Amino acid sequence: MRILGLALGLILSWASTAFAYEVEEERFYPGTGPGVLRIISTADLAVFAPYLAAFRAKRPDIGIAYTVTSSADLYQAIRDGAPFDLALSSAMDLQFQLANDGFARSYRSAMTADLPDWARWRDLIFAFSAERAVVVVNGERIAGLPVPATRQELIALLRDHPARFDGAVGTYDVRESGLGYLFATKETRSTDVYWRLVEVMGRLDPQLYCCSGQMIDDVAAGRLAVAYNVLGSYAAERLARDSGGRVQILRMEDFENIMLRTAIIPRHAQEVEAAGALIDLLLETGLRDTAGDWPLPPLGQTGGADGAGFSPIRLGPALMVYLDPLNRRTFLAEWENAMEQR
Amino acid sequence: MIPRGSIGRRLTLLLAGVAALLSLLSWGMVTGLARQAAERTQDNVLAASAITIAETLRSEQGEVRLELPYSAFSMLGAIGEDRVFYRVTAAGALLTGYADLPPPDAVLSPGQVVFQTATYSDETIRMAAVLRVVLAGAQPVPVIVTVAQTRQGVDQIAAELSRLAAALSVAFFVVAVALSAIAARTSLRPLNEIAAAVSRRGPSDLRPLRRAAPAELAPLMSALNRLMDRLGQSIRRSEDFIAEAAHRVRTPLATVRTQAEIALHRTLDETERQRLRGIIRAVDESSRSAGQLLDHATVAFRADDLARDPIDLAALARQTAATLEATAALRDIRLSLELAPAQVAGDAVLLDSALRNVLDNAIKYSPEDTTVRIQVATSDGMGRVTITDEGPGLGDGPVEALTERFRRGANTGGIVGSGLGLTIARDVVAAHGGHLTLQQAENGRGACVSLVLPLA
Repeated sequence: MRILGLALGLILSWASTAFAYEVEEERFYPGTGPGVLRIISTADLAVFAPYLAAFRAKRPDIGIAYTVTSSADLYQAIRDGAPFDLALSSAMDLQFQLANDGFARSYRSAMTADLPDWARWRDLIFAFSAERAVVVVNGERIAGLPVPATRQELIALLRDHPARFDGAVGTYDVRESGLGYLFATKETRSTDVYWRLVEVMGRLDPQLYCCSGQMIDDVAAGRLAVAYNVLGSYAAERLARDSGGRVQILRMEDFENIMLRTAIIPRHAQEVEAAGALIDLLLETGLRDTAGDWPLPPLGQTGGADGAGFSPIRLGPALMVYLDPLNRRTFLAEWENAMEQR
Repeated sequence: MIPRGSIGRRLTLLLAGVAALLSLLSWGMVTGLARQAAERTQDNVLAASAITIAETLRSEQGEVRLELPYSAFSMLGAIGEDRVFYRVTAAGALLTGYADLPPPDAVLSPGQVVFQTATYSDETIRMAAVLRVVLAGAQPVPVIVTVAQTRQGVDQIAAELSRLAAALSVAFFVVAVALSAIAARTSLRPLNEIAAAVSRRGPSDLRPLRRAAPAELAPLMSALNRLMDRLGQSIRRSEDFIAEAAHRVRTPLATVRTQAEIALHRTLDETERQRLRGIIRAVDESSRSAGQLLDHATVAFRADDLARDPIDLAALARQTAATLEATAALRDIRLSLELAPAQVAGDAVLLDSALRNVLDNAIKYSPEDTTVRIQVATSDGMGRVTITDEGPGLGDGPVEALTERFRRGANTGGIVGSGLGLTIARDVVAAHGGHLTLQQAENGRGACVSLVLPLA
């Protein structure tokens, strides 16, 4: 089995070179049968392992080859026809573009029928987790300052204490992070304070990140005082709980970005049945009522205690607007102007 | 009569067929219209999207610049979950979007939206293209904005409306069939009413039908009336004929009888006398039969237009008994009268005829030296004339059958008779609204015939 795994690993590595995507993590779980479900995903193995374990308990006959890559590489790989049976991504705009352009295969089951309308599109793309963007602050570094509850208050806080926040504000580099770009474009449409916030951050020598994990780590380590638009996964919350107030997660009350983690079955998939079974399992956990032990938040419960204002980014053609190269160029130029003032 | 289909059913089926056809037609029309409306809606949305994009075109530093407006794409999600494709070309070169989208068929003129259906990425798409000329520097550059969408949403809307229309059509059809059945029954009601009126009539009621009937039934009515008129005439004619015949037979018979009696008185030869007596008896029988035939014809004739004179049954019975006294006396039969006054309204001739026939029967079938009792009594608003004899009775056969024409009892033996007597009595009594009862006499011997008539 190990040899087979190695061989498959080699094949996958070869495949990755052929299709030019950067493999961040890779793992092969052998199954009792000959079938192998090839998953390409943006979720780290640490996050996704419990789901794979649950699936293997249900379907021990299917082996799993799990490949982690960036959302942009995932998008390009599927477009290029890389041999994967399931694509799981946090970049819902890119996933949507794949589905729209005919790179996804339609799937229908009792579970997909249970999904609310906003969580699927055309039996091609299915959301299984809704995650919000939050502000993560280091309690020690903002000690004595008012805790901001809105972007307006965050702007005021940053503007009034430039010395304290200089070089200590982190956010996504939207040029690199698809998710950061998605959040940013959504915010420009939803609130007019976004550009002012970016300008204020731009004056404070902002630290730009590709991924939320590093941002949270830097906040925890005290290198950052504020990290804006961090994906508020359970990992971050757990870290906040364990840190004893050093890491605090703030939810902006004026407006929240909620991203849907989505799955598609690529057009060139071969293990369609197994891919469908895994989607069903993901939807089952996504539609659960209680938080449970799963690493990713469910679809519906993200509204939290208040429940109001739960409006995830819609799966629809509007997602393609900011993917258009012209629009992207214009937006990034504007963003760079605001963010890099020095 | 062999029933060959029912008009009602045929009418219902015909109307139901028409309703089905109309339902199908309306379903087809609604489906077509729904599809057209959905398609037009999609066209409008596509046009709006393309125009919105075209309006954001601008020139910057001699170059055509474009920023796709968010609303241009978000509005495309309005119809359904359709895949969206777009392309913007400036002077034939791709500015952004899907390069391989089919080019517009028609030559575009500025501001005018051109629609077109094509196949792209394995699906049927609807495209809207609009041309806008942008001044880039000094150069006018024609920019074509094409927005396309798959037709799943349209199909879905059309299918939903079609299903709705189908349900409505089925409902319409069901209602139409129910109404058709009601309509058929309503239109056939006059026919059924006429049939009921005809079958309600008595057996000898041949008066013309005088009913208000729909124009369509007038020919049937007049044909029926003509038939009944002819039938009545024919019956009357045959009755006239019988009466005439009976009359004509009776008169010569009376002459023959008189001559035979004279001959009987004159001859002394016993064999000759015996033969003459036989002749006389036979003549008597013939005469009686002819009389009964005449009576029967009279009854049939007079019952049509019955007189309603006040008559005392007791007086009538006494009078009738008196006319038959002589016949009875010939065979030593006594007529005992027990009379109570009973006033009825009727035809004296007919009642006399009925009573005479019954009494005649009783005398005829009575053995010599017996008594025939004639009672007149009233009870429960009915007058009752009961004639009881001591003859052989009515036999074992069905009693009611004896009133049938030319039907004679099973035990009449050698007694001659026409079988008309009880028929005449029954017809007369029935014409007066009464009835005839036949039963065995109380002591078990003899017959008991009652004429029951309503009192005046």
